[in-house]
Amino acid sequence: MSKYDIHEGDVIDGFMIGKQLHTGGMAVLWNATHPDYEGELVFKVPKILEGDDPTVIVGFEMEMMILPRLTGPHVPKVFRIGDFAAIPYIAMEFIRGETLFPALERAPLPIEEVVTIARKVTTALIDIHRQKVIHHDIKPSNIIMRPSGEAVFIDFGLSRHQELPDLLEAEFNLPMGTAPYISPEQVRHFRAEPRSDLFSLGVLLYHLCTGERPFGLPRSRQGLKSRLWRDPVPPRKIRPEIPPWLQEVILRCLEVKAANRYPTASRLAFSLQNPDSVRLTTRAEKTQRDSLMTVFRRWLKVRALPPLESHSIGAPSASIVMVAVDLDEKYHYLAEALLDHTSRLLSTMSDVRLACVNVNKMSTVFMSDPFDDQGRNVHIQRLVELRDWARPIALASEKISFHVLEHMDPAEALIEFAMSNHADQILLCARGAGNYRRFLGSVSSQVVARAPCTVTVVRAPSPVGEKPPAANEMAT
Amino acid sequence: MRIAIMSDIHANREAFDACLAHAERQGFDRLAFLGDLAGYGADPQYVVDRVARFAEAGAIVLKGNHDEGAALGNGAGMNEYARRAIEWTFQTLDEDSRKFLLGLPFSIEEEERLYVHSDAAMPSDWRYINDAASAERSMRATSQRITFCGHVHIPQLYNMSAQKPAQYFEPKPNTAIPLIGQRQWLAVMGAVGQPRDKNPAAAYAILDLDKKNLTYFRVAYDMEPTAKKIHAAGLPAMLAARLFIGR
Repeated sequence: MSKYDIHEGDVIDGFMIGKQLHTGGMAVLWNATHPDYEGELVFKVPKILEGDDPTVIVGFEMEMMILPRLTGPHVPKVFRIGDFAAIPYIAMEFIRGETLFPALERAPLPIEEVVTIARKVTTALIDIHRQKVIHHDIKPSNIIMRPSGEAVFIDFGLSRHQELPDLLEAEFNLPMGTAPYISPEQVRHFRAEPRSDLFSLGVLLYHLCTGERPFGLPRSRQGLKSRLWRDPVPPRKIRPEIPPWLQEVILRCLEVKAANRYPTASRLAFSLQNPDSVRLTTRAEKTQRDSLMTVFRRWLKVRALPPLESHSIGAPSASIVMVAVDLDEKYHYLAEALLDHTSRLLSTMSDVRLACVNVNKMSTVFMSDPFDDQGRNVHIQRLVELRDWARPIALASEKISFHVLEHMDPAEALIEFAMSNHADQILLCARGAGNYRRFLGSVSSQVVARAPCTVTVVRAPSPVGEKPPAANEMAT
Repeated sequence: MRIAIMSDIHANREAFDACLAHAERQGFDRLAFLGDLAGYGADPQYVVDRVARFAEAGAIVLKGNHDEGAALGNGAGMNEYARRAIEWTFQTLDEDSRKFLLGLPFSIEEEERLYVHSDAAMPSDWRYINDAASAERSMRATSQRITFCGHVHIPQLYNMSAQKPAQYFEPKPNTAIPLIGQRQWLAVMGAVGQPRDKNPAAAYAILDLDKKNLTYFRVAYDMEPTAKKIHAAGLPAMLAARLFIGR
């Protein structure tokens, strides 16, 4: 029995209480309706048993603070919260769709399905991290897939908002995560690390791929701690058809030190979106767990670990920068200016991923010839030129990738690429001014208007003695 | 209902006007002044007059230690700079203003809120709230759910649940913080007229009763004229200099 005595048919602040949907460890969920809000709602009330430790309420207080501030398709919309003076509740959107829990029971899932789920959950994670929230309890039962396809996180009772007081900081009696999914730093009661969510996501992907839990189902505190030194069985040892790149991705998420994981959820999404760009390390080829000697050495080190340092969400240095390169020889001076600008930008960032993009414009009317007038494959030729353009930047191969997009509308192609790869910044050139582009709009102005991120437009004067190409040639 | 809460104006006309103008742009229904209208700055008469008019219109106005000192001409227990400013303010203020300051209450309770200049445990002792222990002492002394105070010139926010120590939080300006839950909150306002958190911008906050949240603000203002008036009045030069560095 909850301290808050609610029954079907009750009316609370205008919410008509319907059937009980679910009773969890911390809260009871009711179906509800309200004349002001369309459709079915969820009415969530904390479960406080008489005589319980008052700390169990803290997660609910935290959720009441955080959830109403979040927006977008990856969280339930909150309509109203109730006051503790009367009855605390969160009235929110009822999300149709299944949690990922049944998927777990079907595991191992087909690889493609795992990758699709991974992309959707990572996209949702990017969104809540951008809203300055660390979820801290990523697990199948806290993720619902909307019928429209988006992953939605529910239950923000263990979450932390970077700009709000963390009420859970003082609560050492509370379980600070869910045993199979909890990150090493959460085990150590450190709550300011957004990459904790990447670890839990890694556990989820491991389980979906292999049908097994990487760290089992520990029931004691010591059992939880063992993930600080004991590495999981490599997924490919359990299921050899898992591609090396996916093992690389999963094991990188499961790194004990947060600094060795992906720096941001966007960077993980980039790998999932572009498997070819994943640099394979020893993680990809691992077929055995680490030797007992290695594990023992790690165990010794854990005993003298330094305190953890906080890492701000979406550290700007770990950005994904997309540079759209114009390879037209007539505009060589623009490509040079863009290269100069890109190099200077990269020199201010410590950990950046650069995606070099070129659009091969397709004809709207004719079938495009894959070969140019010299018989070269256009796509490959463009890739070669793109690599050549980027050579002076001298980034490590795992930090740079090359993409030739085939599209009838170059602006559309660039915007789609920026969105699907969660680019933080786009660099591109504007060819110039002219009547033609004033009326039809240039590629750069369309990208500036519609891209979801920072866009820098680089301009450069044409060199002395060279006439800029006529305006009507600049129709791209 | 939105309440703009200002503390420690300290006779700084330019900072006060800038905060009021900012608050008007944000929208508010009521004002609360948590004490120390006077002291340190060169415009006590202007500030007291304006606040007195707000008081007639229903604003909450509390007494601070500098208000008490300025009303009585007694800077006992204060440092040299503060004492000289108190003596100057006492000479400068008219009789009515001194009476107004002396008649102000130490604290006011309204619904679940307590407004006080300093520590709620003993408001007339003017103790600072500058760490979790002093915040806890103040919160334990009241049954009100939310306390607002000033006095220390550094914006801070504390919360405390039953049987737990108080927790400190550094509020970020322009961020609405929900003051909800089964716990007490103690919101320490920064200073309008003499910030000491190394940020010279004037500080105040707006409480939104309907949304149950509090937003701290910082307002940049031109402090050159403020400093010139402090020099012209013959007040200690240090009182002008510190405005520029927020210390």
